[in-house]
Formats: sequence, C-alpha cells, structure tokens
Amino acid sequence: MVFLTRIEHFNAAHKLYNPQWTREKNEEVFGACANENWHGHNYELYVTVKGDPDPDTGFLMDVKKLSNIIKERVTEKLDHKNLNVEVDFLKGKMCSTENLVEGIWNQLNGQLPASVSLHCVKLYETPRIFVEYFG
Amino acid sequence: MERKVAIFRKEHFNAAHRLFVPGWTDEQNLETFGKCSNPHYHGHNYELIVKVTGSPDPETGYVINLSTLSDIIQQHVMAKFDHKNLNLDTREFARLNPTAENIVIVIYDILRKQLDASLDLSVRLYETERNFVEYPV
Repeated sequence: MVFLTRIEHFNAAHKLYNPQWTREKNEEVFGACANENWHGHNYELYVTVKGDPDPDTGFLMDVKKLSNIIKERVTEKLDHKNLNVEVDFLKGKMCSTENLVEGIWNQLNGQLPASVSLHCVKLYETPRIFVEYFG
Repeated sequence: MERKVAIFRKEHFNAAHRLFVPGWTDEQNLETFGKCSNPHYHGHNYELIVKVTGSPDPETGYVINLSTLSDIIQQHVMAKFDHKNLNLDTREFARLNPTAENIVIVIYDILRKQLDASLDLSVRLYETERNFVEYPV
C-alpha cells in the first residue's frame, strides 16, 4: 500500500455566521470571524489517495489526472470565490474549515479510478490551523 | 564607527478584498483583474514583515524594543485590517484599489509616522507564498 498526495491551493472569502442567531450572539461565538463583510484566507489543500502501484506503470494513478479531478471538482468552485455565497456544495452549511474539508471529501470520493481509494483530505486555513478528514 | 543593524518583526492578518476600478464596466475589470475582480470578494492570509534599521542604543543594545514595535503594528495595522474586508471596512481602501502594491505603501505610511526619524523602515507584504511586494525600493 502506497499513499500519494497532491497539494493544491485556493484563495477565498468567508465568514462564520449563523443566520439563525443575532449579530451579538454571532460575534460572541465567532469573534472577528463573524465580520458581516467577510474576511479571507489562502487555503492549502492536501489530497491523499492510497493503493498499490500498477505493475506496468509503477503508478498508483496518473497524478496529472488526480490534479485535473481536484481542479474540476474542487478548486475551480472555490478559488477566488465567496464560500458562503457562491459554492453549490456548501449551500446551507456553516463555512467552517471542518465543514469545508468534509464537503471537499464528498466532491472527490467516487470520482477516482478504481485502482485507488481516497485516504485523507487535509486543509490548511492558515499556516497554523488545519483540519483532516478520513471519511 | 556607527554600525547599523536591521531588526525584523513578522505579523499576519486575514482579509477579504476585491480588485476593481469603479468607473469601469464588469467586462473591463474582468479583463484586467481576472478572478480577483469577483464582486463577491475573495481573501488572503497576508504575511507582513517590517524591517527597522538603525544603530543599537549604547545603553540598551536595542535598535528598537521589539515589544514596542509589535504593539505599534498591532495597534495601527492589525486592528485596522485583520478579519476585515479591505474595500468595505477600511477608510484607507474606500477609494484606493487594495492591490498588494497599494497595501504595502499604506502600511509603510502608517508605520513611518509611528517610528523615530532616526530609524529606517522597509515593509514586505506577502499576499500568497508566491506573490509579495516590498516598499520602499
């Protein structure tokens, strides 16, 4: 079993704001992240797949193909976007890094060749804050 | 002989912004600024490196007390820009396009006023790991 990771990045705006709550309660719970006019991040995304190398190619999968799947299913939908407003797979969800990583997993799972399976999606919101999801 | 030393302080802030010229059409803005002109904004983790150059004080050995420098940056830069929308929430960029170039000049001007005239100042700003600017040059 070998693990293969592709790193991508995207820049996006968001806010942490529960529309069911008052502004005061949002500020109390989410602090500066609740700013109504948004703030933003440079997100770093690590997608890890696992499997056995193909005896003919030596590859788990064509990593260019993995890059294209991530681009099409994830980064094109998120890069230079407002996560609360513009992303179909986050509609109705709180835009926390936790929910975002789970949403990204669901966008990728089932899209990969049969030879590999998705192992981990790791997402950095800042260089000091990241989440991991293993499905 | 006067020996000058440069001392650096790194800070970071997260902000949303949009690059656009208000008098232009959406098409013109898209052509020039690409996806950075998205009307719904996008955002960055900005890394700020402040460089102060001067001669160490003969008594303290300091060019500037780093705690003082940190407080100045916090009070005059971070408090204005961190977790803000640069276009909507700041006076500085209400009418000035918040490109990395303009942001670094604005931060320089803010800090310059707070530092002793005997100290030289230079500011570097990373918008992403791969895109950064420096002022003055």
